[in-house]
Amino acid sequence: MKSNLKWIQLAIVFVLIIALPAFFPSGYYYRVGALIFVNALSVVGLVILIGYAGQISLGHAGFAGIGAYACALGPDYVGLHPAFSVILGAVVSAGMAALIGKPILRLKGYYLAVATLGFGILVSMVLTNERALTGGPDGTAVAKLGLRSWLKDAGIKLSSGEFWYLVCGAVLLIGVWIALNLFHSATGRAMRALHGSEVAARTVGIDVAQVKLQAFVISAVYASVAGSLLALQNKFITPDVAGFMHSIEMVTMAVLGGVNSVLGATLGAAILTLLPQVLTIFAEYEQLVMGLVMILVMIFLPKGLLPSIAARLRGRGE
Amino acid sequence: MDALMQFLLSGMTVGAVYALVALGFTIIYNASDVVNFAQGEFVMLGGMTTVFAHAAGLPLPLAAVIAIALTALVGVALNKLAIEPARGAPVVSLIIITIGASIFIRGAAQLVFDKQLHRFPSFSGDEPIRLLGAAILPQSLWVVGGAFAVFFGLWAFFTKTLTGKAVLATANNRLAAQLVGINTGWVMTLSFSLSAAIGALAGVLVTPITLVAYDVGVGLALKGFAAAMLGGMGNPKGALVGGILLGLLEAMTAGYLSSQYKDAVAFIVILAVLFAMPQGLFGAKHTERV
Amino acid sequence: MKPVITTAMTTLVALGVISLAAPASAEIRLGASVSATGPAAFLGDPEAKTIEMLVEQVNEAGGINGEKIELFLYDDGGDPNKARTFATRLVEDDEVVAIIGGSTTGTTMSIISVAEDEEIPFISLAGAIQIIDPVRDYVFKTPHTDRMACAKIFTDMAARELTKIGMISGTDGFGASMQAQCHDIAAEHGIEVIADETYGPQDADMTPQLTKISKTEGVQAILNPGFGQGPAIVTRNKAQLGINLPLYQSHGVASDGFIKLAGAEASEGVRLPGTALLIADILPDGDPQKDVVTSYKSAFEGKYEQKVSTFGGYANDAFLLMTSAMAKAGSDAEAIRNALEDTSGLVGTTGTYSFSANDHLGLDLSAFRMLEIRDGGWALAE
Repeated sequence: MKSNLKWIQLAIVFVLIIALPAFFPSGYYYRVGALIFVNALSVVGLVILIGYAGQISLGHAGFAGIGAYACALGPDYVGLHPAFSVILGAVVSAGMAALIGKPILRLKGYYLAVATLGFGILVSMVLTNERALTGGPDGTAVAKLGLRSWLKDAGIKLSSGEFWYLVCGAVLLIGVWIALNLFHSATGRAMRALHGSEVAARTVGIDVAQVKLQAFVISAVYASVAGSLLALQNKFITPDVAGFMHSIEMVTMAVLGGVNSVLGATLGAAILTLLPQVLTIFAEYEQLVMGLVMILVMIFLPKGLLPSIAARLRGRGE
Repeated sequence: MDALMQFLLSGMTVGAVYALVALGFTIIYNASDVVNFAQGEFVMLGGMTTVFAHAAGLPLPLAAVIAIALTALVGVALNKLAIEPARGAPVVSLIIITIGASIFIRGAAQLVFDKQLHRFPSFSGDEPIRLLGAAILPQSLWVVGGAFAVFFGLWAFFTKTLTGKAVLATANNRLAAQLVGINTGWVMTLSFSLSAAIGALAGVLVTPITLVAYDVGVGLALKGFAAAMLGGMGNPKGALVGGILLGLLEAMTAGYLSSQYKDAVAFIVILAVLFAMPQGLFGAKHTERV
Repeated sequence: MKPVITTAMTTLVALGVISLAAPASAEIRLGASVSATGPAAFLGDPEAKTIEMLVEQVNEAGGINGEKIELFLYDDGGDPNKARTFATRLVEDDEVVAIIGGSTTGTTMSIISVAEDEEIPFISLAGAIQIIDPVRDYVFKTPHTDRMACAKIFTDMAARELTKIGMISGTDGFGASMQAQCHDIAAEHGIEVIADETYGPQDADMTPQLTKISKTEGVQAILNPGFGQGPAIVTRNKAQLGINLPLYQSHGVASDGFIKLAGAEASEGVRLPGTALLIADILPDGDPQKDVVTSYKSAFEGKYEQKVSTFGGYANDAFLLMTSAMAKAGSDAEAIRNALEDTSGLVGTTGTYSFSANDHLGLDLSAFRMLEIRDGGWALAE
């Protein structure tokens, strides 16, 4: 039954990724789709941290920054292929998360929020100030992945938009699959236990500090890979990727869609990525509408869009 | 020596700005356990409304009073329309609500006012006061004085007045407060209007120094929040000390180490303090109830 | 005749390319992505307003060769990621034939990769030199490079025998890029940077940095690359500290707003490289730019009740360049690009543009004018 639910969710994501392009009127929609998948990937990471383990972070854009700049700098400085630079970024992010997670995760609530926020700001500051290495606030170019021209030689012709749509979609699918497996694993259960009550979790023998750290490290890797994908498809990256507003955006997407639900978080990412594109018709009111949507969803659907709607449907069914 | 003096004065000025923002966080947090990320927008509203009222021909003091009163109303509206309907929501939802409110207010300000930078004249002229080889502007004294005045006001409010104690009681246990006859709804209205008014006052005081535009709120809220957490959220003493400490840290780093990494040093110190004292410098200890 | 003659009109009429008789049937699709909100809003806001105003003017006058311009204008908020998405949208979905925009270097670089891939001519409104060096086929730009601003300032300093200087730069893209360029070419002009400080774009007080600079042995002048509130605060702080050194600002604050924010007293004697736009009123009648700057200034200030800035001027020039190329080439992207590259002697608010296959900026230092603030207004320093 539980595992059925997992496969259903996975199937929904898979079918959406495959079927949506049939309705795309132009190549621009592939770009928006790819952005949604990238955002959804980092948001699924936050579901593990916030939704499963109940820990907040206002600094995850810092990890996205590490992932993005690993792809920009890896090929130039270490001679790594861009694809392996993604892995390098993930390893560095995981290491960094493990290092700072230990002391930071002892903090609770708003204190944890300010500590993670501080971490994110430190990363973006280094990226901004170390001009010689990172290109400074004006950003730096990112090498081509080269996979698309390789595919072309193999006889598969894809536009840049189509290619990145498929790559980001595939990575998101893997990310969702891992997150769903984790949910039902022993570690996932431990995370959810400490979300309920840390004291209770400790009394049943859960190593609270260790489990929190696992959630933090895993979510950091998600954000890092998402940052890498963004850098590779944009072929240009600036420190904005690690900025405070990007961290806030990630958390908002997660909470809006439903922070306990992988599918909900994906929906949240889709809505907040699409909204600015839709609102260009009344650009002047964009911020007004954006703020209003955030407030209204939190008031009327406090568990997030998807779980609240699901609960309502279930309620009517009974 | 006179360089050190200048760094100290600069740190005090900037620190007092942070402290004023941090103090604004205090009341709302005490009354409702909500950290209001729209606090920076109150500061912006105070500054922008004063600028436009002054430009429309009102004398500066009147413009300032109107700005503070209007912002207090915005604070009450924020509580009634966004915070109260979401009572009992988890911390992260409340963070999103107040961030949503800040984006909303910013969007409205950009429509009602404009996107340009503004300033109005300093209260007591721009002739710097020389002090041991260093120079400070009279407006900086207004800001520092304002921060201390608000601090003493809040301290007296929370410890000496019945209303202040009612606010603390409401935060501590809402139901118990209601049972002893405290009108908790009214306490919340009061808290939000006071916090907003303090924010607007900060905006009025700092605009001649920092200038104001529709989007200055985010940066101020960020630093004010950091300062409040450094001192310990909810404690006026913590907000004042945290703010001034943050300002001094930045000025000293800029003066002696590297101006490029002054914000970095400030955040490293905050992280270090929180590792050693997870509730900030003056924060109260909480234990989880099972 | 009313003074509100549009800049676009005067130039187009001068070029003899407008034919009002042609029926207004077809449309030319023009794309724009600027930072009308966000940290670069005071670049993007006047740029957006300028582009909207000019499109309106051209269409009211019958369009280009009878074809109206359909404008697709997006606000990227200064976010390079958004800028890339909007560039993709402009090309793939709105099917524009040309793009103007990229208020900051970051957003410009994002748009460039789309424009180059899709072979759409793009005129950038950002400063950094890497936009047009190396030359890219489809990318042009209207503002002077920050390197040229440094050169103009250093030339003026050398003439005043100020050779040892202190720099205080903003850490935003504009400030950091210009800081690096100035360092690069200081030695060529015999200038030595002996103190180098920075400040954050939102900082409230720069007296520690200025104190450090003024205490550096032998410093003769201060240079402040930056935009936004930073330079105004630096100027005020310098007066507060009573530092008696000549202060140079960058073209990033070339607007009347700067004098108002910094105060006439504190900004007295401040020099900066500006464009003719700022001194439209005091330009001699014979000046080649006189007509262009006065008509743009009066049109903009009449419509928006807001002072013109150099940045709106960049957008004005980009629009002029693009529409005059369209007038020659019609609505084919490749033809527009070629016509752009052939542009010669087009007078804009920033300077006189002449592009070539290996110069996609087409301005030289002569277009920059060294201005000095005197009695709360602009004056020519030379």
